[in-house]
Amino acid sequence: MSRSITHFVCASLLGLGGCSSAPKAGAAVKPAKDRKAAPQFDLKDSNGKSAKLSDYKGKVVLLNFWATWCGPCKIEIPWFAEFEQQFKDKGFAVLGIAMDDEGWEVVKPYIEKHKVNYRVIMGNDSVANIYGGVESLPTSFIIDRDGKIAAIHIGLVSKGDYHSEIVQLLGAGKTASASAPDAVRASR
Amino acid sequence: MFAMLAAVATVSAQSNIVTAAPATRLMVKRGEVTAHKLSFRLLDGYHVNSDKPTDEYMIPMKLTWDAAPLTVAGIDFPAPKLEKYEFSEKPIAVLTGDFDITTRFKAPTNAPSGPNLATAKLRYQACNNRMCFAPKTVEVRVTVDIR
Repeated sequence: MSRSITHFVCASLLGLGGCSSAPKAGAAVKPAKDRKAAPQFDLKDSNGKSAKLSDYKGKVVLLNFWATWCGPCKIEIPWFAEFEQQFKDKGFAVLGIAMDDEGWEVVKPYIEKHKVNYRVIMGNDSVANIYGGVESLPTSFIIDRDGKIAAIHIGLVSKGDYHSEIVQLLGAGKTASASAPDAVRASR
Repeated sequence: MFAMLAAVATVSAQSNIVTAAPATRLMVKRGEVTAHKLSFRLLDGYHVNSDKPTDEYMIPMKLTWDAAPLTVAGIDFPAPKLEKYEFSEKPIAVLTGDFDITTRFKAPTNAPSGPNLATAKLRYQACNNRMCFAPKTVEVRVTVDIR
């Protein structure tokens, strides 16, 4: 059923910018002309500060819906922490949207224990709904520098796929585009 | 259109991972303990956490009853399987396929006669090899005869 759900969601809801549960590297990145604007939100981060998507204007953002009880999400956290460290100075940020019903009471200890170095904000049904429902975790949206959804991943995909897409998007419209293939190869 | 499609996706994702078989009637004698079995079907390719997960963050399966005037003397969950998944560093305690949960009920000696309705709620959290779904609840209604 997961496959049918995923296909249904991809076909019907997430035409926002591409969708994949097991893509080839970089294959999930939609051409710029086919991308739709990422829905805006205003949520609280772990320090109680307002976190808006518009705060990241001009950056490539990996928006990751996750939860502490989600096993596949746990696998991705070290990858995203590495991406945050590697690309933060190049105009990249990871934003984790925690979907735990218990809120910060469970999420804060988890992100401390797992050394999450990127910003985590608390999600809710409203933000899940504007992003197409987010029925399964992890679900990640890669948002380009123009605030448009370039790729969507439902479920666990490879670190290399994320890496190549981030590199591709960081390079888009910049001189880095020529070096992106080298960076992609370096990730494997 | 978008909202409608989202709603359809929500229903399809939430409603079918675990389903309950029709419950058999529960016959209880006053002052005695009687076991009653509920049967559930879990879709192929999915697993649910056991009632005693091996990871502190996993959400355990729970069965709760609203069965007054009966009291619950105990609940026997199936023994979990230790399965290794793409996302797990070590095997985790899960249920796969069809499974039964047995509840032992005690009827007080002064319980009134006649049919009653008991309601069970099974809370579970399901995943497959690549993704997880938010905890859901399946409700089962059981007709109770106290004699």
